[in-house]
Amino acid sequence: MRIFDPHIHMTSRTTDDYRAMYDAGVRALVEPSFWLGQPRTSPASFFDYFDALLGWEPFRASQYGIAHHCTLALNPKEANDPRCTPVLDALPRYLVKDGVVAVGEIGYDSMTPAEDHALAAQLQLAADHGLPALVHTPHRDKLAGLHRTIDVIRESNLPPEHVLLDHLNETTVKAAADSGCWAGFSIYPDTKMDEDRMVTILRNHGTEKMIVNSAADWGKSDPLKTRKVADAMLKAGFTEDDVDQVLWRNPVAFYGQSGRLQLDVPAPDQLHEGNSILRGGE
Amino acid sequence: MLKSRKELDAELGGAARAWLDEALAEAAHDAATPDLPGPYTSPPWELRYAAAGRHCGPEHADSVRSLLLVEARAPLSSVTRLYEQGTAAERRAVLLTLHRLDLGDTALPLVEDALRANDTRLVAAAVGPYAADHLDPHAWRHAVLKCLFTEVPVAAVARLDDRARGDAELARMLSDFAEERTAAGRAVPEDLRTVLGHVRRIRAGSTTPGTSPSSRLRSSRGGPIPRGVAETPESLRDEGVPAPCDAPHQTPRPIRP
Ligand SMILES: [Zn+2]
Repeated sequence: MRIFDPHIHMTSRTTDDYRAMYDAGVRALVEPSFWLGQPRTSPASFFDYFDALLGWEPFRASQYGIAHHCTLALNPKEANDPRCTPVLDALPRYLVKDGVVAVGEIGYDSMTPAEDHALAAQLQLAADHGLPALVHTPHRDKLAGLHRTIDVIRESNLPPEHVLLDHLNETTVKAAADSGCWAGFSIYPDTKMDEDRMVTILRNHGTEKMIVNSAADWGKSDPLKTRKVADAMLKAGFTEDDVDQVLWRNPVAFYGQSGRLQLDVPAPDQLHEGNSILRGGE
Repeated sequence: MLKSRKELDAELGGAARAWLDEALAEAAHDAATPDLPGPYTSPPWELRYAAAGRHCGPEHADSVRSLLLVEARAPLSSVTRLYEQGTAAERRAVLLTLHRLDLGDTALPLVEDALRANDTRLVAAAVGPYAADHLDPHAWRHAVLKCLFTEVPVAAVARLDDRARGDAELARMLSDFAEERTAAGRAVPEDLRTVLGHVRRIRAGSTTPGTSPSSRLRSSRGGPIPRGVAETPESLRDEGVPAPCDAPHQTPRPIRP
């Protein structure tokens, strides 16, 4: 089984996670830039983070046989902080980098005017750079937030098939699917969305343009949720091909629109053994 | 290996060749007009630098980036910006090209930065000809040791034979490292013997390796015993390393400052 986790924050995870993910079948992932839990106070802090997503983290992933790509953006929460908004001016020079396969995570947090501006500006940046966009839907007031998000996307120069609407659930899946965007579901250990609910959604809405991720980060989360959804799908009667579509071909097709996916990473046992990370640093 | 313009022209398809022509022309133009309008803007050739692999193929990215740097006669400010704001691959291309630019030793901070990294692709690119020319002895020895630690093949170290020859301090560091490995029950990297072989060549005729009574392990028990270049742990005294007398054709050269 091959798995592509299209949304996971590996910077917050350990090498044990990389190993477990590889063992579970994960061969590729996308790490969106996001809020780090602690507010940042200057653009430079973002740039170091972006550099890590383009340098150290792909190297770390490669040691475990996993292809690493990223999405870069000013996230909705920090789009409200004037100390951080100059990041928007610097994004163009990052969006030309090889490892960047989308603009993201963008979207709404509290639906403020500053978030309106950042969302519209970054959808335009995506269109300018031939990149798709990863758009997260707000955790609070989700349905209203989704409708407003879809309106802004309609007004943008980015076609809906270049947009992945993420963190969807039973109440938002229909509107998202009707918009022509890709539909993303983050599977968490509790509350928001679990693997059995996901299977029901796939049964009711089909497997086309449906994307599943673990969204694992520094919070309570599980980097193996993609595999658990695959297992739940098989148990519920979906075929191996259905699983491959949802957990590999769909995310490859979505991020492949960037023209920048490089999925050929050597397996860990073929790598020169004993480098600094496998030894736990020096 | 970096490819020349001629070699690239022979290997690239029409569209890629046209892209490279334009990119090199932009680089040459920007070399003449280095001023930038704002802190987050870059000259067009620097954006080309990032996109090189997508237009010319990932296997040619290093060569194309290197050509762009040379063609733009990249000054320290550009080289530093491209390195600091670059992906690992972009940083590597900067490191691989430093010796072809007219920078003197001013770009050493970039090499030092790369040598602090744990990304082995950067470490390997940092120990090229520029490091051989400009790193001071202390930093250079640590660079060699870092290669052994991170298992970057020492074949990547430019002019290794030259700089290692007769370096008693490097020999001591290698011996200590070997003993630490042996104490931990781990294998001593084969490359360590290679480096030690280069070190020993200077002492042709002055010391006979393998006859010294001391090794670090024994001296630690019996009190410090002064050691010469050729005094190495038992585990290293094997047939794999050419003894000084095996290399009579090597003319001893002065140790680099
Ligand atoms: Zn996220």
